[in-house]
Amino acid sequence: MRPFDIITTTACALPLASIDTDQLIPARFMKRSRADGYGQYLLHDMRFDETGQARPDFPLNAASAAGAEVLVTRRNFGAGSSREAAVYALVDFGFRCVIAPSFGDIFASNAVNNGLLPATVSEADAEEILSLLPSTGAAITIDLRDGLIRLGNRTFSFSVDPIWRTKLLNGWDDLDLTVSLADGITGFEARDAHQRPWAALGTRRA
Amino acid sequence: MMDVARRQRTLFDKVWDAHVVTRREDGAELLFIDRHLVHEGSFHAFNKLKERRAQVRRPDLTIGVADHYVPTRTRVLSEIAPEIAGMIRQLDDNCRANDIRLFGFDDPRQGIVHVIGPEQGLTLPGLTMVCGDSHTSTHGAFGALAFGIGASEVAHVLLTQCLWQKRPKQMRITIDGALASGITAKDVALAIIARIGADGARGHAIEYAGTAIDALSMEGRLTLCNLAIESGARCGMIAPDETTFAYVTGRPFAPKGDLLDRAIANWRELATDAEAAFDREIRLNGQEIAPTVTWGISPEDALPISAAVPDPAIFDDPAQASHVREALDYMGLQAGQALDSIKIDRVFIGSCTNSRIEDLRAAAAILAGRTARVPGLVSPGSHLVKQQAEQEGLDQIFRGAGLDWVGSGCSMCVGMNGDLVPAGERCASTTNRNFKGRQGQGARTHLMSPAMVAAAAVTGQLTDVRNFLRGDR
Ligand code: SF4
Repeated sequence: MRPFDIITTTACALPLASIDTDQLIPARFMKRSRADGYGQYLLHDMRFDETGQARPDFPLNAASAAGAEVLVTRRNFGAGSSREAAVYALVDFGFRCVIAPSFGDIFASNAVNNGLLPATVSEADAEEILSLLPSTGAAITIDLRDGLIRLGNRTFSFSVDPIWRTKLLNGWDDLDLTVSLADGITGFEARDAHQRPWAALGTRRA
Repeated sequence: MMDVARRQRTLFDKVWDAHVVTRREDGAELLFIDRHLVHEGSFHAFNKLKERRAQVRRPDLTIGVADHYVPTRTRVLSEIAPEIAGMIRQLDDNCRANDIRLFGFDDPRQGIVHVIGPEQGLTLPGLTMVCGDSHTSTHGAFGALAFGIGASEVAHVLLTQCLWQKRPKQMRITIDGALASGITAKDVALAIIARIGADGARGHAIEYAGTAIDALSMEGRLTLCNLAIESGARCGMIAPDETTFAYVTGRPFAPKGDLLDRAIANWRELATDAEAAFDREIRLNGQEIAPTVTWGISPEDALPISAAVPDPAIFDDPAQASHVREALDYMGLQAGQALDSIKIDRVFIGSCTNSRIEDLRAAAAILAGRTARVPGLVSPGSHLVKQQAEQEGLDQIFRGAGLDWVGSGCSMCVGMNGDLVPAGERCASTTNRNFKGRQGQGARTHLMSPAMVAAAAVTGQLTDVRNFLRGDR
C-alpha cells in the first residue's frame, strides 16, 4: 500500500450528512470487476441523472473537482453496508483523504486498509472548512504526522486512531504480519479446542 | 493478580478475552474467529487469495451462503440474468475450490446468511463471528461477538482465521418495563436509533439489557441486534439465558449431549458481572415505546406513527435542517403531514431484520381475512422458514390478501437480485435501511415492523397497527 505522510492537493466540498455506502456505490454496480476501476460508479445516482447525463450542479462534476484528492463532507460519512467497493470507488476516483465529523466504523477500517485516510474533525471545523473551500479554491495540505489540515491561512487539527495512523504512515498491510504469527495461531487453536470443544465444526465432508 | 481475578467484566469483555491470540505494541489485538460467513459479494476477497496463491486456513469454520443475488421467483438459475447467475456460480466455485461448506442456491436449507446461522445452530453463545456484511451484528442476539467486515478483512480471515481489532468502547442500553400490545423488537430498535442517532453508538459495542429484553423471543432479539449497526455500533449483544439455550438445543450444528451441557454451563458464566462498568449507559422505558416508522432517508429519521413529518424550519442546526429538507425532497413528503396519512404503493416483508417465522405470523395475523390494497412481496428468510410457514397456512393468508409469496433471499432489501421498488414508488418495508436508492433507484422506503407493514397493506397508507388490534377494520 502507498504510505500516506503529507499531501498538498485540492479538495472537493460535499456538504451533505450521512452519505451512506449505498450512495457511494449503488448495489447494482457491485457485480463488476475492479479491473475497469470503480471511480466511474462513485456517487453514481447523485452525479448522473436518469439518462446518464452528469448533473452540472453536483460538486464532483465541477471542473475544480478533477484532480482533487480530498473530499470534505458532513457527519456519519460511509454509514451502512460494509461494502469495501465504496472505498474502491473513492480511491479509484482519486481521493486519498476524506474529512468529516464522523465516519461509519466499518467504512473507516476499510478505508485504512486501502490507504484512504478518514480524518475526523469537529462539527464546527467541518462547517468552516466547507465554507472556506469554494471561496479559496486554494491548495489544502493534510499532514498525517502532525494531524493537521492547512487551508489558506487557517490550520485545523484532525484525529485518527493511532493504530490506523501508524498503518497509513507506513503503508502496512496487516496480512504479512499475521501470516508471520502462524505458530501463535496454531498454539491458540490447540488450547482453545481443548477448552471450548463445542465451538468446533466438522469439515464439509464429515 | 488479585485485581485480574476480581476484575468485573462485561459479556463483551468475556467473549473478547477468550479469543485474544496476541496483542501488538500499538494496542491492537489479534482475535481468533470461530465462524466466518461468506456470500456472493465476498468475491473480491477470494480474488485476493488467488493473487497470493494462498489457502483458506480453516475451511471447517468458513461457511458459504448464497443470499444477496438469489432469485426469489424461480429455482432455475438458467432463467435469470446471466450476470446475476454468474455471481451465484462464482460463490459455488470459490467454496468448492477451497473445500468450504456451502448453503448454495439449490440447498434445501438455503436462506439469508443471518437467518440460517441461528437456524442451523452455527451461531452459538460466546463465539466470535464475522461476515462481509454489516448486519452480522444480528448473531449477537445469542451473546456472540459478531460484526461486519470489509473485503480486505474477509481475505485476512480466510488466510489466518484471525483479525486485528482495537477494543471498542462499551455502551449498555437498558429497557425495563413491558412492551405494550402490538409493539415489537423492531419498534424498540427504531426508537433507540431515533433517540441516539444513526451514529449514536459509533465506536461502541452495545449490550441490550433489562426486563423488556429478557422477555423478547430469540426472533425479537435477532431483530434488535440486527439493527445495532443502524445506530452505528460495532456490534450488539444480549446475554444468553434459558430462551437462548432452548433455541440452540437440537439445532443441526449445535453441540449435543454432554458437550451441550458443558457448553451451557460455560455460557451461563458469560453474563455481565454485577459491578462491571460501561463507558455509556442509556435507559428507555419499554412501556413508552409506540409503533414506530421512518419518514426520511436514514434509520434515525423515525417517529411514532401518531406523529407528523418534521418541519426543517424548526431546526437551529443548519446541517440538521438541510438533512430534513433533503429527506423530504427525496421522499416526496410535506412538512407537518400526519405520518398515518402517507399513501403507499407497495409493501415488502422480508430481509434478515424481519423474515423469521414469528415475523410472518405477526404479519399474517393482521392480513388474515383481509385484502391488501397495494401489491407486495413476502420473502421468508430461509427455505425452512418458508416450509414452516406453509405448514401453518400462512402462505394462503398472504396469497389470499393479494401479496406475492416468493422464495428466500435478500430480495427487495437491497435489490441485487432484481427485486426492486420502481423509481418514485413508496414502499412500506420490514427491512433495515431507508437510504436513498436502497430498494432501487429513486425508491422511497418506510421502515416498520411486519405487523405495521401488514396494516399498511390493508389500508394503503401508513397505519397504526393498534387500530387492528382493537378490532376495528
Ligand atoms: S437481507 Fe438485506 S441487510 Fe440482510 S444480509 Fe441481505 S442485503 Fe444485507
